[in-house]
Amino acid sequence: MSTDITVTFTLNEARVSIETSPGRRVLDLLRGDLGLTAAKEGCGSGECGACSILVDGVAKLSCLMLVAQLEGREVVTAEGLGTVEHPHPIQQAFAQHGAVQCGYCTPGMTIASAELLARTSSPDRAQVREAISGNLCRCTGYVKIVDAVMAAAGAARGEDS
Amino acid sequence: MSAGVFCPSSLDELWPLLEDGATVMAGGTDLLARRRGKAPDFVACLERLGGLYGVSEDAGLIRLGACETHTRLLQSPLVRERLPALASALSVLGSPLVRNMGTLGGNIVTASPAGDTLAPLYALDAQVELASKQGKRRIPLAGFITGPGRVELQPGEIVSAVIVSPPDASALQHFEKVGRRKALAISVVSLAAVIRMESGGVVTDARLALGSVGPTIVRCPGAEALLAGRRLERETLLAVGQLIREEIAPIDDLRASAAYRRDVAGNLLLRLAP
Ligand SMILES: Cc1cc2nc3c(=O)[nH]c(=O)nc-3n(C[C@H](O)[C@H](O)[C@H](O)COP(=O)(O)OP(=O)(O)OC[C@H]3O[C@@H](n4cnc5c(N)ncnc54)[C@H](O)[C@@H]3O)c2cc1C
Ligand code: FES
Ligand code: FES
Repeated sequence: MSTDITVTFTLNEARVSIETSPGRRVLDLLRGDLGLTAAKEGCGSGECGACSILVDGVAKLSCLMLVAQLEGREVVTAEGLGTVEHPHPIQQAFAQHGAVQCGYCTPGMTIASAELLARTSSPDRAQVREAISGNLCRCTGYVKIVDAVMAAAGAARGEDS
Repeated sequence: MSAGVFCPSSLDELWPLLEDGATVMAGGTDLLARRRGKAPDFVACLERLGGLYGVSEDAGLIRLGACETHTRLLQSPLVRERLPALASALSVLGSPLVRNMGTLGGNIVTASPAGDTLAPLYALDAQVELASKQGKRRIPLAGFITGPGRVELQPGEIVSAVIVSPPDASALQHFEKVGRRKALAISVVSLAAVIRMESGGVVTDARLALGSVGPTIVRCPGAEALLAGRRLERETLLAVGQLIREEIAPIDDLRASAAYRRDVAGNLLLRLAP
């Protein structure tokens, strides 16, 4: 068996140092050891996007990442995008536009859209659809999710939503 | 045997890990997805090896670092402008999340007959650069891949880069993939074409590569020869399409029947008609 290592990284702007086995999935570390349950396990094989996180600003699948890969990285989970008092514009727009039904896909959807908005401040609907195309939603039919991301992009540019 | 997950930051640190039998991992989107996230006992991650990154042009050759992700390659102006067939394949590979993690080297070593970067790289006559403790060597990609999941990688060796000689701007570069749905669709058939023409539109040299219709990517020399000396007119393309159907030997599987694959493979060429 592999021996534990200490991994040190930034998690939602806080420095974390944890002793753990390097071959565990990042998803399990976040949910099990660190109590951050926004990232969900849907498929466990890269197809649903429910486990998405930002690593150095890039959206990645935490079910296909090993803990050792986190060393020195900057990780943001859906919990770190905004707080209850100060939600991220995307989180606010998802709530306002009814883009959340069961909520299972929501953290992953917000991570994918946050990455898109960081890259492109004025996406069109096709770009939004493309950006969330690796995130499956069983409930909403996607229209409200796209509406919400478009509204969040407008809000981020200072327009009325 | 050793155990653990190691992310060496220099090749000198990588070689001993390989000698001890470590499994190489780049983006993990094939290796870990296949095992549903369960890591092999002893892993060497390539992600921190700076020498495996970068897209550059030198002496007329474009060098694509093996660990560049599909997303980063898509963002490269050299790839978009000089290798548009590869760019269009990258843009339909998996999903944005898969493209953010998966690498060119990983796609090649997985050697799936449906690997999306492979058909354009075959049509571009790409070479792979292999690195080991002993140094580097270069071989044609088509010789490197010998079967589904089978490559000519020696023990202790990794893919360090892909080398492509970009066609002139006047050449036609095309890629198309037929899948069952838009995102995350593994191709049922894909076609990459690199076609050079005289100013009058007469084809001087055509390279056609098809994915998912055989154990590896398939080039169609008969169809390529038939195109040479002709124009990309509908009649010609219909005849060439028929020849492609005869040259390939697809199989039935869960995603499509052999007959359907044969049909589609021939039809894809019609998109090249002006
Ligand atoms: C949901 C999903 C959808 C997908 N859709 C597509 C698709 O549409 N089209 C497609 O082509 N692929 C698809 N894939 C497969 C995969 O994303 C690609 O093949 C990707 O390019 C693999 O790269 P990687 O870096 O993640 O490889 P890894 O998983 O890290 O490695 C794959 C194999 O290559 C070896 N390896 C990796 N890099 C090197 C190297 N530099 N030198 C030597 N050996 C190496 C590893 O040891 C392993 O055997 C999909 C995967 C998932 C999970
Ligand atoms: S749980 Fe990671 S992609 Fe589905
Ligand atoms: S809201 Fe239920 S899966 Fe998307």
